[in-house]
Amino acid sequence: MRRIAIGLAVLALATLPYWVGNSYYVNVAAQMLIFAVLALGLNVLVGYAGLVTLGHAGLFGIAAYAGATLINAGHSHLVADVGALLVTVAATAVFAVLALRGTGLGFVMITVALGQIVWGIAYRWISLTNGDNGVSITARPSPFGLSLVSADGFYWATLVVFLVAVAAMAIFVASPFGAALRGTRDQPRRMTALGYNVWLTRFLAFLFSGFWSGVAGLLYLYYNQFVSPQTVALSASAEALLMVIAGGTATLLGPIAGAVLVIVMKDIASAYIERWNFVLGAIFVVIVVFMPEGLVPGTARLWRWAVSLLRPQPPPVLRRESSR
Amino acid sequence: MTLWLILSVNSVTLGGLLFLLSAGFSLIFGLMRIPNLTHGSMFMLGAYLGVTCIALGFGFWPSALIAALGVALFGAVIERFVLRRLVGAELAQVLVTLGLSFMVADFCLMQWGGDPISVETPPALRGATRLLGLAFPTYRLAIIVIATLIAAALWLLLDRTRLGAMIRAAVDDPAMARVVGIRVSHLFTIVFALGAGLAGFAGVIGGPILSVYPGLDQDMLPLALVVVILGGTGRLIGSLVGSFVVGFLYNFGQAVFPELAYVILFLPMLVVLVLRPQGLFGRVTL
Repeated sequence: MRRIAIGLAVLALATLPYWVGNSYYVNVAAQMLIFAVLALGLNVLVGYAGLVTLGHAGLFGIAAYAGATLINAGHSHLVADVGALLVTVAATAVFAVLALRGTGLGFVMITVALGQIVWGIAYRWISLTNGDNGVSITARPSPFGLSLVSADGFYWATLVVFLVAVAAMAIFVASPFGAALRGTRDQPRRMTALGYNVWLTRFLAFLFSGFWSGVAGLLYLYYNQFVSPQTVALSASAEALLMVIAGGTATLLGPIAGAVLVIVMKDIASAYIERWNFVLGAIFVVIVVFMPEGLVPGTARLWRWAVSLLRPQPPPVLRRESSR
Repeated sequence: MTLWLILSVNSVTLGGLLFLLSAGFSLIFGLMRIPNLTHGSMFMLGAYLGVTCIALGFGFWPSALIAALGVALFGAVIERFVLRRLVGAELAQVLVTLGLSFMVADFCLMQWGGDPISVETPPALRGATRLLGLAFPTYRLAIIVIATLIAAALWLLLDRTRLGAMIRAAVDDPAMARVVGIRVSHLFTIVFALGAGLAGFAGVIGGPILSVYPGLDQDMLPLALVVVILGGTGRLIGSLVGSFVVGFLYNFGQAVFPELAYVILFLPMLVVLVLRPQGLFGRVTL
């Protein structure tokens, strides 16, 4: 049953350009897949490791900037991709070493500061990043001779990367390492007593998360053929975090649903009103205050509550502080 | 030589402004254990409210006070009606402050537009003052004096009054403070409003130097974060020292490595994080 559902979902995704038809919507779908990859990577930290970061757009952006810089320096797409991912993983290692010095909210604060450093470099270090004007690249790559210029071609390439990411996450979650990571989230001291190296587990999870954020960043670069400081702003990190939280943390499908939801809302909001940031902030507040467990379970719970007309209970705790 | 001296005065001025911003941030963190991510927005909101009050003809200083009170009230409302609902869920509180900061930023953009607004220096403080044979901008000296006065007042408040003693008790051990009859949740509202008001005030008096523009909040928030990570949370002396370190680094960095000034700002923070994660003067690890 489960396999049939997965097979149907993949089939639906693979044939999407045919039944959607309009290339605008195919592009929107490609964006959803790109941000789903980012959200999946972020969920490793936020959901499974219990480490909330607000600097992930920095890693996403580093990959995009590194890729663009390498391509513009005359390297091939393959060299640029590998180089960009190496740079991103190295930057992730630096992020992780510094951020893991803090625990709980200290971790959040440090990731905000690190994200702002990346933003500062993107915005002010003009000789490296071209400042506010951003960096453009002239062409999308053509892996194995397949053209990615059309909306459909790019969508399929993104879909392949997305499916690999989902498979990697499924394997990761089921692996002993995934179990150990959840252990460090819930009971760090007990895990230490059992002989696990909590710091190393979190560090490796950070690297894994950063790698997939880098992959998403490269897809983003090829989709837009352009990257600017806006990509690494705090609001971009917040958007990514909203995708994870809105869909439901520490679930495989939650971040994907969250990414779809945020992109749809952004698309709709920007069609009718200019105030996307206001809407983003309002959604954030509403979700955190009223349905911290995510939109789908949260809506179900509010519905039950409304139906049963019970006395309102205090809002549930979003998540216990991860480490003490 | 003169250049360095002028730079130093500018650094101390920025340090003073940052102190007004970060003292509240640090107190809120010390007491409520949350980094208040709306703090940059309070600074910007105060600046915009000040601009409006000045345009209505209130004069510079009354406008600064009105803006500070307005922002303090806003802070009290947020604490009482939003954060209070989420007591014990610190992460949720942080995310709410982040969401609110976007709402405030977009509201300001809607209300005051996207162009930078410059704030006139109050007439009495225009021009330069000669000190030791050198000319210094009078207004910057005035900011230094004001920041010093407020620092002294805050120190008196925290160290010499009953309210201050209650705040210090609640910072050190909230549970025990409750046991001895201190209404810690009232302190939350008071400190949150005080911090917001100080940030709003700093926004107005910083106006003639920084001007007011969309994105001011996101420029100031990281500075407050750096100050607090550097100096440690919950203590005035930490904010004071951290503010001046950041003020000097920013101005001298901008003079020597203009493109990297913003990044240089974060270097001491990284060093402190590696060597002394609780901050230079902090008591608790982040």
